[in-house]
Amino acid sequence: MADVILSVKNLKKYFEPHQNFAQSLAGGRQKRLIRAVDDISFDIRRGEIFGLIGESGSGKTTTGKLVMKLLEPSSGQMIFDGEDVTHLDKEGTKAYRRKVQMIFQDPYASMNPRFKIRDVLEEPLIIHKVKGSIAERETMIVKALEEVKLTPADEYMGRWPHMLSGGQRQRVATARTLILNPAMLVADEPVSMIDLSTRAEILRMMKDVQQQLGLSYLYITHDLSTARYFTDRIAVMYLGRIVEVGRADDIIDTPLHPYTQALIEAVPEPASGKVEVIKELPIYGEIPSPANIPSGCRFHTRCPYAVEACARDPEPELTLDGMEHYHACLRAYEIQEEKKGGKGAMPAWRVAPAQGRG
Amino acid sequence: MNSLLRIENLQMHYFTSKGAVRAIDGVSFELMPGETIGLVGESGCGKTSLGTSILRMPTPPGRYVSGRILVDDVDVIPLPEKEVRRDIRWRKISMVFQGAMNCLTPVYTIGRQMRETLVEHSDIGKIDATKLMEEYLGYVGLAPEILERYPHELSGGMKQRAVIATALFLKPEIVILDEPTTALDVIVQAQIINLLKKLKARFKLSFIFITHDLALEAEISDRICVMYAGKIVELGANARIYGAKAPAHPYTSRLLAATPRLFGNADQLQFIPGTTPDLISPPEGCRFSPRCDRAFGRCFQEEPPLVEVEPGHMAACWLNGRG
Repeated sequence: MADVILSVKNLKKYFEPHQNFAQSLAGGRQKRLIRAVDDISFDIRRGEIFGLIGESGSGKTTTGKLVMKLLEPSSGQMIFDGEDVTHLDKEGTKAYRRKVQMIFQDPYASMNPRFKIRDVLEEPLIIHKVKGSIAERETMIVKALEEVKLTPADEYMGRWPHMLSGGQRQRVATARTLILNPAMLVADEPVSMIDLSTRAEILRMMKDVQQQLGLSYLYITHDLSTARYFTDRIAVMYLGRIVEVGRADDIIDTPLHPYTQALIEAVPEPASGKVEVIKELPIYGEIPSPANIPSGCRFHTRCPYAVEACARDPEPELTLDGMEHYHACLRAYEIQEEKKGGKGAMPAWRVAPAQGRG
Repeated sequence: MNSLLRIENLQMHYFTSKGAVRAIDGVSFELMPGETIGLVGESGCGKTSLGTSILRMPTPPGRYVSGRILVDDVDVIPLPEKEVRRDIRWRKISMVFQGAMNCLTPVYTIGRQMRETLVEHSDIGKIDATKLMEEYLGYVGLAPEILERYPHELSGGMKQRAVIATALFLKPEIVILDEPTTALDVIVQAQIINLLKKLKARFKLSFIFITHDLALEAEISDRICVMYAGKIVELGANARIYGAKAPAHPYTSRLLAATPRLFGNADQLQFIPGTTPDLISPPEGCRFSPRCDRAFGRCFQEEPPLVEVEPGHMAACWLNGRG
């Protein structure tokens, strides 16, 4: 069994919707809870990049916040490095956050514009009361900047955030997390606001840092293409649940859950011959509200393969199907058989992306 | 075939206290009826500036410096604002602005905000306006009840559909779409792209589709126009840009290599070192030369013109047999 750094078990986060005064007078009996994260379990292994993929409203960011202890879970358990961290007091949270650090989405908003880069990097040392002389702190700052390849470090330390590009800021944000020697980083869409031309550069830097320091990452994104490039394993979330988990290549090459299949079909590929084609998406409509989750399999309202049982039977649990590949679909096997050509020709949407592969 | 829109050597600069930012610096192209042209490039390359310039509303302190924007052979730049409002803007050319769906005001219903456009640009009555709005909501796949809803009650995809409907009301021939799907999830993005294709066929529209995403451009644009630092560096057919043969300009090739592919060899994802140049004092010679790994002596001294390298395929690079 691989060495697990973070184990999440049956984690739930329900929010109570806001009620106005009149509603609360009328008696809040019919309160509908918003089930943002609805019973998820996963393990992140030491030295692994674990990707959490989903649309907006899937609960991926809430999961990230739970892992960061920015939110208290409604129920469930989190074990970090063998220690139960589900509920921590103020001191415990602070100690935990020293080991688990976060990189935010917006590199323009995540830094105080009145801090020089030196101050940005020194702040975590002050907050966490890291002991050391001025010279020792200086050394730590230089080391962190060198780790993210912002060299010569002296030159960058005196700059203001506005003098840096988005990519450089994201490097500083990474350096700020590394200065505390964390064991795990939570990165919520770290490259979505960075220009396409430099996205690969930042991801490569993050991966280098991860390999050098043996870190674990929780990488949260809606972007399957960077996830394939960046992560070891992927969990696909839909409406607060994990519907499929497996190794990144398996998830993308042989997706078993219809939702994952739809996500993959929807990704545009830079290939010619698609202008005249109306893409047939194997999914209906839009994501329902997490306050009103459908019965049975929560995906059945949008699923082109759904049968009566999908709505009626209890929600399918994650089941193993292949090497480390789990899915939560009642009909996964039948769908695979249907696609193999049991029922006529392959549907157009399966044929189309083959051009992109060439 | 006559072009719908012809842009000739357009220059539009932002006059700031630090100097003139040459956001659009000598751009020429033609848009044919029924065609979609994709404008693509990194942030700050002038895509959005070009979009608003075509609509005759450059963002202050932006001003036209030279060139012509010909709509039906009439240059719109010297026209008085009144005429532009009456004949051009929204009637001939409309635009879906970047982030428009998030700029709907939260205090008014969708219907009231959509009606504003109609009242502003035509003398339609209230009942007719409602009828027209309902009709167009139908075209974009929304129920008429949406008119009574407030923006927070709708999903991102629904808001974007409402914004697209608003851009089509006055039966324009050209619609400029500035990053219409950037804030949306992939599935909703694919649904919107399908919708745009259907609307284009139904209303015989021409699109100018602005995005930073070359993969998305492949789905919708007949011709791809790659911009870098205020200039067009390559303009070619979809089949040519995304075909087996490498594009004619190194910048396009590099941008394409930096575009993540779901089924490509992921380990080869590339990036372009360096950043886009300062447009107050752009580099000498080719503006891409400081970041180009194939640049040689001439690239740093002389600016390459945009010329036809193959029939119907333009590029501005000294490498194309003219070195």
